[in-house]
Amino acid sequence: MEAKNVILSLALRAHGGSLISMSNSSITGTQTGSVGVVETHYYDLPEPLLLNCGKTLGPIRLAYETYGQLNADKSNCILIVHALTGDAHVAGFHSADDKRAGWWDNMVGPGKAFNTEKYFVLCSNIVGGCKGSTGPSSINPSTNRPYGLDFPMVTIQDMVNAQKSLVEHLGISRLLCVVGGSMGGMQVLQWTVAYPEMVRLAIPIATTARLSPQAIAFDAVGRQAIMADPNWNGGDYYGGNPPSSGLSVARMIGHITYLSDRSMHQKFGRGLQDKACLDYNFKTEFQVESYLNYQGDSFVKRFDANSYLYITRAMDYFDLSEPSGSLAKELSRATCAFLVVSFSSDWLFPTYMSKEIVSALRRNSLDVSYAEIQSDYGHDAFLLEVESLSRLIVNFLEYADPDSNRFDEY
Amino acid sequence: MNTNHAASNNALESVFKERPEFRHIIDIVEPRSSVLDLGCGEGNLLRALQVSKHARVQGIEVSDTAIQECVAKGLFVYHGDLDEGLADFNDHSVDYVILTNVIQVLHRPDFLIREAARVGKHCIILIPNFGHWRVRLQLMLFGTMPRTRSLPYEWYDSPNIHLTTIQDFTRFCENHGLEIVQRTGFVLGEGKCRKVRTKPNFFADYAIFVIRKP
Repeated sequence: MEAKNVILSLALRAHGGSLISMSNSSITGTQTGSVGVVETHYYDLPEPLLLNCGKTLGPIRLAYETYGQLNADKSNCILIVHALTGDAHVAGFHSADDKRAGWWDNMVGPGKAFNTEKYFVLCSNIVGGCKGSTGPSSINPSTNRPYGLDFPMVTIQDMVNAQKSLVEHLGISRLLCVVGGSMGGMQVLQWTVAYPEMVRLAIPIATTARLSPQAIAFDAVGRQAIMADPNWNGGDYYGGNPPSSGLSVARMIGHITYLSDRSMHQKFGRGLQDKACLDYNFKTEFQVESYLNYQGDSFVKRFDANSYLYITRAMDYFDLSEPSGSLAKELSRATCAFLVVSFSSDWLFPTYMSKEIVSALRRNSLDVSYAEIQSDYGHDAFLLEVESLSRLIVNFLEYADPDSNRFDEY
Repeated sequence: MNTNHAASNNALESVFKERPEFRHIIDIVEPRSSVLDLGCGEGNLLRALQVSKHARVQGIEVSDTAIQECVAKGLFVYHGDLDEGLADFNDHSVDYVILTNVIQVLHRPDFLIREAARVGKHCIILIPNFGHWRVRLQLMLFGTMPRTRSLPYEWYDSPNIHLTTIQDFTRFCENHGLEIVQRTGFVLGEGKCRKVRTKPNFFADYAIFVIRKP
């Protein structure tokens, strides 16, 4: 993805600063382009939110971005919900010399899977995050200092409830589609049962209806790394040095779970980093070490350690089969059509977890398509398998909408 | 709207040209019923049933490229292996379960046929007939594994691991308490599908069975 961003920004500069770069898409058969320079907007919820944990949080601000035009009857809105470390900035650039495109830029834009010439695309940063929405690094109005650990525990349900307020604020009573990968997929599922009347299509990608003990275990190790960093200081580090080494280790652990054995072989092998022979010390010897170090170091510059704690905890708590214990029973509230996608080498949210979702949906006689995309990229595939994913999504959006009266055409 | 109508009719015609037996299957299906196609391939039969019978259709298919084609046709499909079975489906929850040219490639065809008969009010099963005279003749005269229009593979690259004859399949249904509602042998060729009324087990290269669990 990084490489693609570099190519894109080079292309942009080659166009003399013009932010419209076009290339041919084999998926839609049309030209694809960038959404260009975009701006982050902010929405303040009118009322405090009663959270799952019983506490009330307010005021709440959500950062969000939109791309494309909302049509007259407000029926073309696609809500993208982001993963653990994502943000509202899905596509485009924040300024003319911004080199880093949004996190799903290859999927969102003119002629792309989420075609902004046709759809109005919305994404908001989750509550608990650190990218413009209210989270543990925000100012606690009762102390005038950052919340830190005084921030209440938020859940996937709370994130969705806050998003719903934003969607209504934009005057949208029914979303064409809710889509997201990984933790985004959890929010998609939550949307379909919490607000079924507001969702026409749902695309949960590389996700699960309940976090597995293995994934909880990795989250726990990541949090322990953060909390063991002396700079963490019980979560009270704002204004001082943040727990960068702890957060960096947490991110490195995360990245291991996003790759696959095979993708590591292909990407790094046992290759040495910038050297021909071993140095016999504990500095960086192997390429894979260098990659993880880079990921850890760059992450701490853009993410808040407390947010990482809260959001991974929210994922741990997610279990859509509660309270009844039956996923099929809980998903019986859903009414929309589904496209469920998994990736063959994803071992963090393996295929069987998606099949569990599909099974529960089929037991409720809901319209559901399920595709397992063959990929070596592991969990990261949801950001990388752009072509296969785009084809599925373009056609699903085009044909699966229950409101589109497609039978009239016959 | 008229152009769309014409376009889907044209698409139908080209499907029938390739798979003339689909016409016969479509004739069996009552309008607006629910259909589950096991091994639905690129979804041509399902699409044809949607267009001509307004059927509520879904499919299961193992090939990822075929799944892409199905979604591109607006179909709801499940990407998976038929040998996994149909555990998610309740008894008699689908009007028609269809298996065209599929049972001979399964590891446990008996298991899936029983499952199909449990889930479907009716099952429509298309099989290549290994009792066809060409098959018998090749084995008898030349002592070679038969290769025919309906069975075009060499012995070593054939996906067909459980071939059957009309006679065998009839006996299978009888032994498993499955009622044969309809049994039609036919000869396929060049966009045509001719019914065989005399000695189908000898003269038909395909057969369509409509069965149900009473």
